[in-house]
Amino acid sequence: MAEGMLTFSPDDRYNAFLRTVSPARYGEGRLRGIPVAIKDNISTAGIETTCGSRILSGYVPPYDATVVSLLKKEGAAIVGKTNMDEFGMGSTTENSAFGPTKNPRDETRVPGGSSGGSAAAVAAGLVPLALGTDTGGSIRCPAAFCGIVGLKPTYGRVSRYGLVAYANSLEQIGPMAADVAHANLLMSVIAGHDPKDSTSLDAPYSHTPSMEIRGTRIGIPEEFFGEGVDPRVASVVWDAISLLERKGAEIITCRMPSMAYALAAYYVTCMSEASSNLARYDGVRYGPPADVRKPWHEAFQERRREGFGLEVRRRIMIGTFALSSGYYGKYYAKAQAARRNVREDFGRLFAEVDVIAGPTMPTVAFRFGEKSDPLAMYLSDILTVPANLAGVPAISVPCGKVEGLPVGLQIMGRWMEDERVIDVAYAYEQGANP
Amino acid sequence: MNVIVGLEIHCQLDTKTKLFCGCSTDYRTDGPNTHVCPVCLGLPGSLPVLNRKAVEYALRVAKALHCTVPEESVFSRKNYFYPDLNKGFQITQYDKPLAVSGYLDIEGDEGEKRVRITRVHMEEDPGRLVHKGGADRPRYSLVDYNRAGIPLIEIVTEPDLRSPREARRFLNKLRATLEYLGVFDSEKEGSLRVDANISIEGSERVEIKNITSYKGVEKALTFEVTRQKNALRRGQKIVRETRHFVEARGVTTSARSKEMEQDYRYFPEPDLCPLRVADWVDGIVLPELPDARRQRFMDQYGLSLIHARTLTGDLRLAEFYEKVAGTDPALAATWVADTLLGELNYRDMSISSVPPDVFSGLLSLVRARVITDRNGVDVLRVLLDELKEKGTCESPEACAERLGLRALPADSAGGDDPVTKAAREALAENPRAVEDYRNGRKEALNFLVGQVMRKTRGCAKPADVNRVLASLLGEGA
Repeated sequence: MAEGMLTFSPDDRYNAFLRTVSPARYGEGRLRGIPVAIKDNISTAGIETTCGSRILSGYVPPYDATVVSLLKKEGAAIVGKTNMDEFGMGSTTENSAFGPTKNPRDETRVPGGSSGGSAAAVAAGLVPLALGTDTGGSIRCPAAFCGIVGLKPTYGRVSRYGLVAYANSLEQIGPMAADVAHANLLMSVIAGHDPKDSTSLDAPYSHTPSMEIRGTRIGIPEEFFGEGVDPRVASVVWDAISLLERKGAEIITCRMPSMAYALAAYYVTCMSEASSNLARYDGVRYGPPADVRKPWHEAFQERRREGFGLEVRRRIMIGTFALSSGYYGKYYAKAQAARRNVREDFGRLFAEVDVIAGPTMPTVAFRFGEKSDPLAMYLSDILTVPANLAGVPAISVPCGKVEGLPVGLQIMGRWMEDERVIDVAYAYEQGANP
Repeated sequence: MNVIVGLEIHCQLDTKTKLFCGCSTDYRTDGPNTHVCPVCLGLPGSLPVLNRKAVEYALRVAKALHCTVPEESVFSRKNYFYPDLNKGFQITQYDKPLAVSGYLDIEGDEGEKRVRITRVHMEEDPGRLVHKGGADRPRYSLVDYNRAGIPLIEIVTEPDLRSPREARRFLNKLRATLEYLGVFDSEKEGSLRVDANISIEGSERVEIKNITSYKGVEKALTFEVTRQKNALRRGQKIVRETRHFVEARGVTTSARSKEMEQDYRYFPEPDLCPLRVADWVDGIVLPELPDARRQRFMDQYGLSLIHARTLTGDLRLAEFYEKVAGTDPALAATWVADTLLGELNYRDMSISSVPPDVFSGLLSLVRARVITDRNGVDVLRVLLDELKEKGTCESPEACAERLGLRALPADSAGGDDPVTKAAREALAENPRAVEDYRNGRKEALNFLVGQVMRKTRGCAKPADVNRVLASLLGEGA
């Protein structure tokens, strides 16, 4: 019996799923019959894909993203699409057009975002594996807030074909799971070269996690424990770093001056790219149709005004401004220069250390509505965006709790050293839970 | 008042598949939205993958136009909204084009002239709108994305052209060059679009957008020259603006100023890597181009410059000529360049619709004097009409036979051949002309020749008629 059908009827009290598939077909392979949840910005043939946006409601892609094809090839059962901040724009999943997802660890709190649905589904035990996407921390943030493992791979290691673009030059699809071994397994299925993605690297991932980290040099940038980082979170993370030291790692404190510009560079870049990527949602081809009785430009405006949520409209407008003539040099071009600085900072640090570690998020999960000021919300991404700007791998692994809420330890590695990042996370996880 | 013209030419590259996906480019005879996939529809999540062949084609053009190919070129997004634009942006090249600083030599108003090429870059064609219920106030419009993603090159000239006629000549030479390179098919509808910048020296320049035919470019520019000169004579100022060419009426009209204020917000396309293909250029072997072929036609076939230029000005014509040149290249050149082209133009037909063997057959008949030159033209006309109507035609022999246009014999011993008979009749019916001739008015002979030709319905060879008449008139003396 190669193929089978899996009944999937989760108790989704957290609104983790936007839709579920049951029974879900599965096949033969390394993931035979394992239910996998897919973030709703990853195209699934025959299953509605909305990116958490009204403007895409009713859109059923005619094709599978490469990662979904790979999952099916290994026998996985695609059991549903998970909730997210609209088009990935947010750090709480409150920006979904279809209602927020609750954090299974504390239902009064957000699960983080934007892959909040995937994180909650894994944390609640509804699925063992889920795919998230990470543009500026969207896998690692909800992994940290929900107490699971989430990996943002090296840029290009996982095909983006079928991932609905928010900020092409920053984002990656990555695995989310309850522990490092499962994240590693999922990574081995989805990574590899894809001729359909011109930025794809020819670097298959086949790795068995090792907890041997003796001699590994771990850099700790001061900036990761600076202003805005909750001291209780910092303390839990330091404890985790001490554990790694006891396992034989060498701890080296360092500095990352480019952090001062990282957040600005990140937001200018992602908003600029988003303003262009989201231009296609005009009501002509998918989603609720534009009013054909009106002149096309009026109909487009109306469709976009009504179809996009507040945060998406804000980012499109800022991005449009940043790319407009006369301002391009001041914003977009400058952001790219700052981005090169971040990359150079990483390059310099990685000459002296093997990985860089720190907290994933400056705080534990927020209460709903706590970050109503967009700027305060943006600031919470400060520790995750550098890895996206540099295209290097970064993982969040649970490392303890503050008042019952999970804290994530972030480990960033050299470009293409996803395996090492996995190993350090694995060493911590196994050390902490012997 | 000097006229200054620069052109931006968009040509579809004649690749088998689209620029960023594997969809076929052969869409013209198929229904709307049948040559599409997630990539060229711009569906969410799809990504472009550059067509290697399209890059090779574009580099061929760059090399033929003597351009420099920089170490790195970059694709950028040109952002604007339009219903035919599937992604809300067009992937094109902006500040780092594929090739820069070239030239093309043309036959200018004052002899050979070098027109500088500013740049050559690659981009994708958008989709197409089909307006229903009248073009001016359509009731609704349909979108066809078959064209979306067809590879285009944009060729931009410096403002080196000095008249509408020079602009047309440049376009013709460019078209010929692109066709010789095997990267372009001018016969495909909509394969070429031109934007023209034109100014009268010392005044603002006007851009005429989206001219879709070769003849349209000269017409639009001619109209603009007149319009601008008249305005200046009346003391008005030329405003810098974009105008549309209304082909049906042969005029340009001012576009809404709104369209000029477009800010395309170019930025590098993050889904494509920078293109590093400068080292491909050396490996490109260019085929024989129009100038070289023109020289060869003069050397090899002994053609005049004018015939050689005409015959090499279009790839299909040049190839046709070489197929029919045969044993009498001079005769073939005259027939193709002077006769056939005119007849084709008159019928709005292309050279590709004429089978070379049919035309060769006709030339053999003429050369062997089986039919006269004059009747050869008649046969050609009949054959072309047949070709236009049903795509095939009878053989030239059969046609000449059917129409009774075979040349008549004129050399029977007993004088009972049709030419001699007709000549006798003509002399008998026109005693005055005979008398005039005998009285030394040699023009009278021409009249008599004409009478004989009429009686033989053109089937007598002029030389025969002259000989027979001279001999009959001599007899009677």
